[in-house]
Amino acid sequence: MNIALVEYGAGNLPSVERALGRLGVESRRASTPEALADCDALILPGVGHFGALMRSLGERGLVKPLREAVSRGTPLLGICLGLQAMFAASDEAPGEAGLALFPQKVSALPPVDRLPHMGWNQLRRARPSKLLEGVPEDAYFYFAHSYAALDAGDAGVAYCDHCAPFVAVLEKQNVFATQFHPEKSGPVGAQVLSNFVRHAGGKG
Amino acid sequence: MSLAHRIIPCLDTDGERVVKGVNFVNLRDAGDPAALAARYNIEGADELVVLDIAASRDHRPTFLETIRRVAAELAIPLTAGGGVANVDEGRAILRAGADKLTVNTAAIRNPALLTELAAEFGSQAVVLAIDAKRVGDRWEAFVRGGSVATGIDAVAWARQGVDCGAGEILITSMDKDGTRSGFDCPLTAAISRAVSVPVIASGGADTPETFLEVFREGHADAALAASIFHDSIQGLGALKRYLGERGVSVRQTG
Repeated sequence: MNIALVEYGAGNLPSVERALGRLGVESRRASTPEALADCDALILPGVGHFGALMRSLGERGLVKPLREAVSRGTPLLGICLGLQAMFAASDEAPGEAGLALFPQKVSALPPVDRLPHMGWNQLRRARPSKLLEGVPEDAYFYFAHSYAALDAGDAGVAYCDHCAPFVAVLEKQNVFATQFHPEKSGPVGAQVLSNFVRHAGGKG
Repeated sequence: MSLAHRIIPCLDTDGERVVKGVNFVNLRDAGDPAALAARYNIEGADELVVLDIAASRDHRPTFLETIRRVAAELAIPLTAGGGVANVDEGRAILRAGADKLTVNTAAIRNPALLTELAAEFGSQAVVLAIDAKRVGDRWEAFVRGGSVATGIDAVAWARQGVDCGAGEILITSMDKDGTRSGFDCPLTAAISRAVSVPVIASGGADTPETFLEVFREGHADAALAASIFHDSIQGLGALKRYLGERGVSVRQTG
């Protein structure tokens, strides 16, 4: 199985590589359109700023190849900012277009509680989830963000609540994403990554 | 469903080995950072902090290698720092495998550093560490490992640091550090009231009751400790069970 981590000059690739390595899953880095086209599954990790991420993807000519890979049915997992990049736009960078795999936008969480939303939190499941198979209902996952997608239509399969209810896990056909960091979420995070690899056709 | 209160073991290092002392002096060796990291990762730590308390420039490559070795053991977040004075040094620490970095002395000298770091890496990656000591009826921020007074009010500095871009405050009570006499709840509560970002309390950890106090009375979002964990005086699992039984939201593990 050929899993490519999208490399765009920022983000937390080594953590995700190590987490996959612990599962016995090899991955490689992809930073060119050709490399994105030649893989069985893609992971878009992310930390930092929505605008910076989209500009980096743009400068490397990766926006269209990513969208095309999704259209071809290549499984894609977005992590944290990688989830947010799948939307049309974000309050964090007004005027900067996202990958627009989903038509909604990413919002600033309302400051009714401490922000950033930093630490371990639980999920509320709205629909059956492939990524959460085998994960206990009360499991905690690690979050670190101030922006979130409040709505993803029927792609939202699990939600978290901090300042407002927001999409914590989204799944639609071959597109998967988590607002939390599975690579930093201990054993349950490893289970989520393993589930993605398995549904993408590998041995998770 | 609510955000869990975090328990964070801290590895104070000389760049290479874990060291410990009382009130920032009389340091002695307390083990290999990667070995301790591996243990805490399994025992249910919610996060790990690794600091280079020597923070000498010549020693930096050794500390970066320590971060790499520690990060390799972890499936939980890692915060690292000690002597970070500019964006390039911050980037080196994050590239070595840390998810967040702490800044202390350099930020007091130049608060704009917090803004630069937040612009480059996001506020969620920037932890402002403040070493505070009671002076009269307020707390004063100290720098250079707690050896130099600044005359700056610690609570006001926390507020300013957040305005500049810090995404979290790590507040260490120098009066309590190493004494095992309980966290400084009034200091932690004062910081917690002053800022909108999460607050990590540090200094004085002892029994499970002291953690309960700092969450209830200090309104801390996270509590940090070193020697009680290194010396196995307090187990992480037992501590979390104690807190959970008393209604504090914690991530139970194992």
